[in-house]
Amino acid sequence: MMFTETPFVRVKLRRQAVAKWAFFAMAVSMIVPLLLIIAYLVERAMPSLSLEFLVAVPAKGMKEGGIWPALVGTIYLVVISLAVAAPIGVLAAVYLNEYAKDNWFNRLINLAVINLAGVPSIVHALFGLGAFVYAAQFGYSIISASLTLAIMTMPVIIASTREALASVPRSFREACWNVGATRWQTIRAIVLPNSISGILTGIILQVSRTAGETAPVMFTGAVFFKAVKSGDLFPYGLGDQCMALSMHLYTLSTQVPGVKESIPYATAVVLLGSVLLVNAAAIALRVWLRNRKKW
Amino acid sequence: MQKRGRPSWAVFAEKALEGIIYLCGFSAIIFVLGIFFFVFKVALPVLFEPNFSLSQFLFSAEWYPTSESNVRYGVLAMIAGTFSVTLLAMLIAVPFGLGAAIFVSEFCGSKLKETLKIIIELLAAIPSVVWGFIGLTVMSKLIVQFTGAPVGVNILNGGIILALMSVPIIVSIGEDALKAVPDSYREAGLALGATHWQLVYRVLLPAAKNGLLAAVLLGVGRAVGETMAVLMATGHAVHIPDGILDSVRTLTANIAAELGEAPENSNHYRVLFLTGVLLFSITFVVNLAADLVIRGIKKK
Repeated sequence: MMFTETPFVRVKLRRQAVAKWAFFAMAVSMIVPLLLIIAYLVERAMPSLSLEFLVAVPAKGMKEGGIWPALVGTIYLVVISLAVAAPIGVLAAVYLNEYAKDNWFNRLINLAVINLAGVPSIVHALFGLGAFVYAAQFGYSIISASLTLAIMTMPVIIASTREALASVPRSFREACWNVGATRWQTIRAIVLPNSISGILTGIILQVSRTAGETAPVMFTGAVFFKAVKSGDLFPYGLGDQCMALSMHLYTLSTQVPGVKESIPYATAVVLLGSVLLVNAAAIALRVWLRNRKKW
Repeated sequence: MQKRGRPSWAVFAEKALEGIIYLCGFSAIIFVLGIFFFVFKVALPVLFEPNFSLSQFLFSAEWYPTSESNVRYGVLAMIAGTFSVTLLAMLIAVPFGLGAAIFVSEFCGSKLKETLKIIIELLAAIPSVVWGFIGLTVMSKLIVQFTGAPVGVNILNGGIILALMSVPIIVSIGEDALKAVPDSYREAGLALGATHWQLVYRVLLPAAKNGLLAAVLLGVGRAVGETMAVLMATGHAVHIPDGILDSVRTLTANIAAELGEAPENSNHYRVLFLTGVLLFSITFVVNLAADLVIRGIKKK
C-alpha cells in the first residue's frame, strides 16, 4: 500500500468488515437451519422410505402402508390444472406484451393479474367451492379441484411468460414486420420460438407449486381416503374425488392418531423431494439456456 | 407487381386466434371479479340475518358459531391472531431478508451470488403444508425445550415458520430494488472513498427505500394469506393472545379448520365466506399498495 492508514481509515475498514460478515451471517442463518431441518426430516423418514412406500396403498386406516393413491391424485391435479392454466396464461401474456397498448383498461388488467397472484389460497378454495363445485355443478371432483388450482397458478404463468416475451429484443420484431409479416405471424415465427424456453421454465416451476398446494384442493375435490389398487396408473375419472399428497400429509400429521411415526415424515420427504427436484431441473434448464443465448 | 393476398381462410383464422388472445388477456379481470362475486354471493345472505351484525363480526372476540342458544360470530380474536403472527414474522423476516438481500446484491462475488439466489429460489418452492409439518414436529419440540412452554404450537412457532416462508420473497424483491439503483451512484460513492458499508447505508438504502418497502409489503401479503402452515403451527385457541407463547387461530386457519364441518348454506358457513371476503380485501389493499410503490419507482 502506498498510503499509510490513519486511525480514521482503520475504523472505517473495520466497520466495513463487520458489516460484511454480519450480512453474510444473516444470509446464512436463513439457509443453514433449514438444511438441518431437512436432514432431520430425511433421517426420521428413513425407516419408511422405499420404492415400496411409493407404490403401496395406505393400510390399516392409514396407519401403515404407502402413498400410491395420493401420489397419482397429485399427478392428476397437476397435469389437468396446468393443461388449463398454461395455454390461457401464455396467451394472456402474449396479449399483454404484444398487443396491449398502455391505456387505463390494460393497466386494470395488470392490476388484476397482480392481485390474482396475491389472493390467499384459502380464498381460492372458497371460490372453487362456490363456482365449480356448486354453481357449475361439477361437485367435489378432480375437475373442480384442478380448475381451482388452474386459476391460482395462472397469474404466475402470465408473469413468467411476459418476462420471457419481453426478453426477445424489439429489433427482432421490427425486422419481421419490415418484411411484411402481420403481428400474429411475427409472434409465431419470431417471438414464441425465441422465448419458448423461458416460457417452459416458468410453467415447470408451477408444477411444483401446484403439487404442494393444499387448501384449494381440500374443499373442492381431495378426500382423506380413496380405495385404489396398488400401482394402478389410471384409478380416477375426472368426476371422481381423489387423494392428494399435500392433503395426505396434513391428514396424517393432524387427523390420524397412532400412525406409524416414520410415515408422515416419509410423506413430507417425498413431497418436498419431488418439488425441489422439479424446481432444480427447471433452474438448470434456465441456466443452460441462458448460457446458450446468442444475443 | 401484382399483390398476392393470403388465402381468406388464413386471414380469418388469424383474426379468430387474435380474438382468443384478447379474450385470454381480459380473463384476469374476469377471474378477479369472479372470485369476489362467488365468495361474496355465498356470504351476502348472512348480512340480513337477525342474529348477525357486522359490528359484532368485526369487533367481538366471541366466536360460538355452533351454539344453539347463544350464537356469536365475532372474528376479532382471529384478526388478533393473524395480526400477531404476521407482526412477529415480519419482525424476524424483514431484518434478515433485507440483510440477506444486501449481502447478495452488494457484498458477494458473482459465483456465490448465483448459488445463493438459486438456494433462495428453492426455499421459496417448499410447499406450505411441509412448512406446517416442520412447525408441528421439529419447531414445536424445539420451542417446548427452550422456552418451557406447555405447548409448542403457538405465536412464536407460527411466526418463525412464516418468517422463513416470507424471507425468499423479501430477498428477491429487495435484491431487485437494490439492483435498480444506478451504478453511477455506487461509483460516485466509491470515488469519494466510501467503504461498501458506508455506501450501503448512506447511498443505497435511501435510494432503494421504496423498492425495499414494496418487498416488505409483499412479504406481509404472503404472511396474511398463508393458510396451511399457520393452521398446523399456531395451535387452535380462539382467544386474544396475551403473550408470544399463546396459541392463536388466524383468519385463514379458521376457514380451513371449520369449512369442512359447517353445514352448507348455514349461517356458520356463510360467515366463513364473509371471512374470505375480509381476507380478500386485506390482501387486495396490501398488494395494491405494493404495486403503487413499485410503479412509483418505475416512473422515476
